Amino acid sequence: MTNDKTQFRFRHTVGERTFGFKSLAELMAKATPARSGDRLAGVAAETAEQRAIAQMTLADVPLKLFLEEVLVPYEDDEITRLIIDEHDKLAFAPISHLTVGGFRDWLLSDMAPPAMLEKVRAGITPEMAAAVSKIMRNQDLILVGKKCHVKTAFRNTIGLPGHLSTRLQPNHPTDDLTGIAASILDGLMYANGDAVIGINPATDNVAQACRLMKMMDEVIQHYDIPTQSCVLTHVTNTIECIEQGAPVDLVFQSIGGTQATNDSFGFNLATLAEARDAALSLKRGTVGDNVMYFETGQGSALSANAHHNIDQQTCEARAYAVARKFKPLLVNTVVGFIGPEYLFDGKEITRAGLEDHFCAKLLGLPMGCDVCYTNHAQADQNDMDNLMTLLAVAGCTFIMGIPGSDDIMLNYQTTSFHDAMYVRQALGLKPAPEFDQWLKHSNIFNDDQFTLNHQIPSAFEKSLKRILGGH
Amino acid sequence: MKRVFPTHPTNDPVIENPWQRLREFTDARIGLGRAGVSVPTKHLLAFQLAHAQAIDAVHTPLNIDGLIENLVSQSWCPKGQPLRLHSRAEHRDMYLQRPDYGRLLNKASEQILEDHAYLCDDKYDLAFVIVDGLSALAIEENIAPFLGELIPALTSGPEPWRIAPLCFVEQGRVAIGDHIGQLLNAKCVVVLVGERPGLSSPDSMGLYLTWGPKVGKTDAYRNCISNIRPAGLNYPEAGRKARYLLNEARTKQLSGVQLKDRTDETALEHDNDNHNFLISKK
Repeated sequence: MTNDKTQFRFRHTVGERTFGFKSLAELMAKATPARSGDRLAGVAAETAEQRAIAQMTLADVPLKLFLEEVLVPYEDDEITRLIIDEHDKLAFAPISHLTVGGFRDWLLSDMAPPAMLEKVRAGITPEMAAAVSKIMRNQDLILVGKKCHVKTAFRNTIGLPGHLSTRLQPNHPTDDLTGIAASILDGLMYANGDAVIGINPATDNVAQACRLMKMMDEVIQHYDIPTQSCVLTHVTNTIECIEQGAPVDLVFQSIGGTQATNDSFGFNLATLAEARDAALSLKRGTVGDNVMYFETGQGSALSANAHHNIDQQTCEARAYAVARKFKPLLVNTVVGFIGPEYLFDGKEITRAGLEDHFCAKLLGLPMGCDVCYTNHAQADQNDMDNLMTLLAVAGCTFIMGIPGSDDIMLNYQTTSFHDAMYVRQALGLKPAPEFDQWLKHSNIFNDDQFTLNHQIPSAFEKSLKRILGGH
Repeated sequence: MKRVFPTHPTNDPVIENPWQRLREFTDARIGLGRAGVSVPTKHLLAFQLAHAQAIDAVHTPLNIDGLIENLVSQSWCPKGQPLRLHSRAEHRDMYLQRPDYGRLLNKASEQILEDHAYLCDDKYDLAFVIVDGLSALAIEENIAPFLGELIPALTSGPEPWRIAPLCFVEQGRVAIGDHIGQLLNAKCVVVLVGERPGLSSPDSMGLYLTWGPKVGKTDAYRNCISNIRPAGLNYPEAGRKARYLLNEARTKQLSGVQLKDRTDETALEHDNDNHNFLISKK
């Protein structure tokens, strides 16, 4: 909005006026649908008009440019190096002639059936995915997301079309084993837990992690449940747990989209490679060997002051390059957890959840979503119902399941065991096939009508009698 | 085999879960039962109430007048007129979106502290900064009983702490304590702040300690005691931890990651495999 055209890398003229953007990073940021984190970072569009113009300008950018102009310097950032060095030119060929706008049309068109999307996957960089998402409506994000099929496996098969999995999240504020066991029982009886039974430990150290891993492993073995467990502790803790002989199914780590973010989290790519090798050496998977579980979320880079003036959604998409490298079983965008300074209200949380799911799926990741909010965000359970339903329509890999939506350890609200049953009934979505068989065999869940049976399976009834009395 | 738990559907559209009695072992919302596959009305409404209380905790302003009136009447209240301060976040919506504004005092508040420093030559070892944070309720319920536990212990020993007049901050975040401590020239600052409320804990107060407070110090220079409330970390226990941290900070002249809280009982003390009732040991 100035006459000094020389300083601008990108320009767009509307009538008499010329809008300019100094860099690809600025153009991406200004084209991003409104959210509080970008305002906090000072990178958001200043007016609604500037945003719309930025989107028009971005639509004209050739996809090839993202391979030439990196947003974080190659020399400074191992994630940029990962993205550039591992880019697959052959896979890129079918879309290499497209602009961002043309890419949107192509993705929505009949030219891009699931098999084609799988073929071009390795040719798409996170920045290309982020760019095209910025000019897509919510329904576009849903439709293309649904076309991206991503299958992974460990003790069951996750991500088949027509299926939706759940993470059973039995957190307890003091890691009390009785409390945790009670929540696990509740979740299993509501047919939850096929993605993973995953605990955020209240006390985060190696000894505690080992204790929780052992406890979950015993439950999975005792009831012969085709699922996997995870303690969401730091990757270096999990490496130690493996060294100590703990029964580690999945290795967890929170990841971000810049090297500086991950430095602040206390790991790098080499750490993840070491952890993955260690977990693979245990050979605990029965139907597959995807052994990593990653969590992401818009705003983490800004929160660590490691965002390089890039908008938070583009930073988030770059985290998917990290995830993709290590062939995870599950990736989870914890969309509403970070708070209103990054995603202010239900509308912003909803948009971000759909963007994250779309970008991750386009890049080939088994993306699930912690459909959630904190009590200081302008959001409530109705917003979560909406986002959960939209994501389930989009083919989201998994959602969380927690007793009554209330995480009594992390103090936020996510989706409940009941919510997962709602979405199964409303949309006809089944759990992972191996887990589904177990539910049927255990007489918990009727997968023809998507209903729960009235009786407690005898194996669980015995355990209940043990603690509650009776004979 | 005779079943001990009711298992047959009746005319009641709500199907109860026989494991609901496990709620005596956890605050988690387990065993809610179901109407079809959905949460029964009774539990739906209880959840809405808890959420409403948590939202109110975030948005209800701190009743500073009432607090001051109560605190100055206590025998242990530090001498000097309490100081009323405000961050650069003018209102709650701005506070929620701009954490940077919540970390700094507005101009009028800076002036109050500069005037105070000019008029008083008192040297302070410690300043208590009481901040609404995300739950005014947490401050209103916990501040008097907690300080009543802590301050008498700090001012009575062989090396009594010289404590600044109490500071109250509206729309504040933790780091604002460093700004205040710096302007008061206090050796140490303790921030008491309303924590992010959970559904089952809308009244949780946090304590953050910085030795040598100065604007720009990061979390790495702070020690934290979380979840101070009757149903969480109770006042005597929280006070004991706070005294430990304060004395260690004074001895070592530092705070943060280099100052470890070693008052914690070992986390595994109560470990007992029989706790997992899902696994038979017989």
